[in-house]
Amino acid sequence: MTLHTQTIHELRAQLRRSKVSAREVTQALLDRIAALDRKLKAYIWLNRDDALAQAEAIDRTGAAKDGKPLAGVPIAIKDLINVEGQPCTCASKILQGYVAPYDAFVIRQLREAGAVLLGRTNMDEFAMGSSTENSSWGVTRNPWDLERIPGGSSGGSAAAVAADEAIAAIGTDTGGSIRQPAALCGCVGLKPTYGRVSRYGLVAFASSLDQIGPFTKDVEDCAILLGVLAGHDVKDSTSVAQAVPDYTRALGKSVKGLRVGIPKEYFIAGTDREVAAAVRGAIQKLQSLGAEIVELSLPHTEYAVAVYYLIATAEASANLARFDGVRYGLRVAGDDPIEMYRRTRGAGFGPEVKRRIILGTYALSAGYYDAYYLKAQKARTLIRRDFEKAFEKCDVIVTPTSPTAAFKAGEKMDDPLQMYLSDVFTLSVNLAGICGISIPCGFTTRPKLPIGLQIMGKPFGEEMILRVAHAYEQATEWHLQRPNL
Amino acid sequence: MQYEAIIGLETHVQVKTASKMFCGCATDFGAPPNTQVCPVCLGYPGSLPVMNEEAVRKTILAGLMLGCDIARLCKWDRKNYFYPDMPKNYQISQYDMPLCRGGGVDIKLKDSREVRIGLTRIHLEEDVAKNSHFETTSGVDFNRAGLPLMEVVSEPEIKSPDEAFAYLTALKEILVSGGVSDCDMEKGQLRCDCNVSVRPVGQKEFGAKIEIKNMNTISGVRRALAYEIPRQIVALEKGEKISQETRRWDDAPGVTSVMRTKEYAHDYRYFPEPDLMPVVVSDAMLAQIRELLPELPEAKRQRFMQQYGLPEYDAGVLVTDAALAAYYEQAVRWSKNPKSISNWVTTELLGKLAEAKLTIAECPIAPPQLAELVTLIDGGQISGKIGKDVFAEMFTTGKSPSAIVKDKSLAQVSDTAAIEAFVDEAIAKNPKSVMDFKAGNQAAINFLKGQVMKLSKGKVNPQMAGEILLRKLRGS
Ligand SMILES: [Zn+2]
Repeated sequence: MTLHTQTIHELRAQLRRSKVSAREVTQALLDRIAALDRKLKAYIWLNRDDALAQAEAIDRTGAAKDGKPLAGVPIAIKDLINVEGQPCTCASKILQGYVAPYDAFVIRQLREAGAVLLGRTNMDEFAMGSSTENSSWGVTRNPWDLERIPGGSSGGSAAAVAADEAIAAIGTDTGGSIRQPAALCGCVGLKPTYGRVSRYGLVAFASSLDQIGPFTKDVEDCAILLGVLAGHDVKDSTSVAQAVPDYTRALGKSVKGLRVGIPKEYFIAGTDREVAAAVRGAIQKLQSLGAEIVELSLPHTEYAVAVYYLIATAEASANLARFDGVRYGLRVAGDDPIEMYRRTRGAGFGPEVKRRIILGTYALSAGYYDAYYLKAQKARTLIRRDFEKAFEKCDVIVTPTSPTAAFKAGEKMDDPLQMYLSDVFTLSVNLAGICGISIPCGFTTRPKLPIGLQIMGKPFGEEMILRVAHAYEQATEWHLQRPNL
Repeated sequence: MQYEAIIGLETHVQVKTASKMFCGCATDFGAPPNTQVCPVCLGYPGSLPVMNEEAVRKTILAGLMLGCDIARLCKWDRKNYFYPDMPKNYQISQYDMPLCRGGGVDIKLKDSREVRIGLTRIHLEEDVAKNSHFETTSGVDFNRAGLPLMEVVSEPEIKSPDEAFAYLTALKEILVSGGVSDCDMEKGQLRCDCNVSVRPVGQKEFGAKIEIKNMNTISGVRRALAYEIPRQIVALEKGEKISQETRRWDDAPGVTSVMRTKEYAHDYRYFPEPDLMPVVVSDAMLAQIRELLPELPEAKRQRFMQQYGLPEYDAGVLVTDAALAAYYEQAVRWSKNPKSISNWVTTELLGKLAEAKLTIAECPIAPPQLAELVTLIDGGQISGKIGKDVFAEMFTTGKSPSAIVKDKSLAQVSDTAAIEAFVDEAIAKNPKSVMDFKAGNQAAINFLKGQVMKLSKGKVNPQMAGEILLRKLRGS
């Protein structure tokens, strides 16, 4: 039995019956990482000794038998989420040397559930990017083709799960940073409704858009992990005090009679031919399972990219102001504070982060605020209304996750706009504050690369999208395929 | 040409709460640097603010006391600028939807005219840290970072340094009386920036606005304005052009000097704070806060003068502190002599409290006990002089005055025979003074009276002692 290829629900059964120990599982993952990660570079920091110690403690206390949902399950964490005593660099030189003094809310939840925290995964610096190439610590490779990128910004988490270097992983999604890499690496990734998961301890990129979510090998694991991450937190005023359902109870239900919305704006020229075909195939599959297909329109979709890049960068320009060399992280000395700021931020931030800070600062500047930021907020409201109206006619909306499969490293690095467009199908979910999941729905032929299907749901409609995703997954075998590594 | 000054004040007041504006850290003054801090108020990555409702309530209370319109919906905004005292390099503040608008502060001018200085707005924000500069390095103390800070913005309706002084004094009195803030300027709990311009009388347009910073006392504000206004007038008379700038007040030499000119004016790039929900002030919340609305100091002063027959001075001292006024009113309830109670409270009690560094809340003498002491004196059971000793004993032991009088046998002697005995002894022991008196030196009787008091250890009724002494000297 290979332990690293197991899912959470498979491992859980074995750990409960003591067929295997948590230490053995963790060791198996560490071995897998040791064997593979030199070429994959999914991790930027490993918690080797402490991970084994956590696993031994799980074995000792019999947490698995107590029914803790993740007892002994090794999980990778995106380098954007604070874990007490561990580095948290956000893949940026500006946080080199910073050691987190506290646990994020989701980390407390994971510890409570018995998870073993394996290490920290690579990402685009401060989650700004769609390829994980904007990391200060090197480029993560796509497990299906090492010349290609894993998507981003949570590329390390997606690659780690797809390559069996973690049983599951945690990522964050501001405009598609979970769903797009999940699609490009062939795993399951879910962006919860805004407010479903506390952001406390998540280093903010764009506060009104960021959400933490799971990367898993199948939909059942996604339901299990989401159940652990979700919950109300008094330390996050934007988290919602709504009871967390048992998401696994949404699984195994038929989609018969459910209305699946197909927005015409998402089926356009520019989407890769094979991607479009795979998604159309998935829609037919859902129809054959008894779902009703509803054609609909989300008329303000064309504004999503512009709106997103104004709001996200405006918020980021303030959120990233705190990295100034005064209290933590990198400091490059200067003769006065202003010079210290300039030098520290000049040396610490990469080009994409600088580009977005400048863009956001501009959008908020006196004389431009009304034309850019305020207008973007109004357009955001229109995009949100599009979805409200659409969900009167359907239960879920199905689209491609990304217009293309994984592209080659370096291919879009000189063209930020092309890079931004790879999130064109995922941004609106964040702008509307709703939930979305990406699941495997096929492969391109040459080379063989995963294709993702995006299922969007109403606010707090996670059970519904998991139900549809699970029904589709159970009727197909895409999720069982593994890259040759 | 005649000139007039136009002054507007922006007053920052620390709102009295147990914890900071957006985190659970303590607000105690004087703690060692960086001991009242956490990831939130240090601006650590990933931390998020959580609004302190008490600070919002107290700001609304201040707004109600000052006659403001209270917003039923307001929001938080980020004010962006870089400075080492800013943990996040943005300050959470309120830009276009403040908690309170309008209202005013009534002041009394020197000629007894009363005017109302209008308020533009009151909003709530978080305080910044405190920078210290050493020989070659600088330090930042984040204990102050994140304290709730209320900004009270006046209309440009203040016309003189004296009016500014009266405005700040009245504002402080109101805020202290409502328990909104202690307004202790030494602790930086009340800080003020001035905007001042001058223009020829009759001119409609305002002159160029000069902002003055760094005044640490209310009288400092008066002095800074008293320097700045003539400076601007002299400049204008010389034909110079005054342009908008920020100046710093230096208290020791008593001058203002340029800090920065308009070219360096900040663009704060305000935008709504996405980490906090808008604040909804419900009817129920507003009603609850209205219940806490105290009597305004000026109204209370008037009432004390009428109800208790106190002179303006006494009433003024008593109402500066709501707790002191409450103490006084409790004591009066047990007494028939409000003026005497006032004398004791405003002189002996405040003196002792200051000496012992205690607040009125920590006063060891309960109000009914003070009333009892006054009753003992008024009833002739003890003399006023003995009363002071009893008072001191009450303050240290907390015992009731009657118990102290009994324990120490301090009761005044009003028995004629007993007093006669003391008088006889004094006459016998001081024949020279008796001779002096008989020779016409009236003052000698005071010496003899002093001897009687001394022999009786101050316990005889002084009035009776004087009468008996006079009778005996004349009679013999
Ligand atoms: Zn704090």
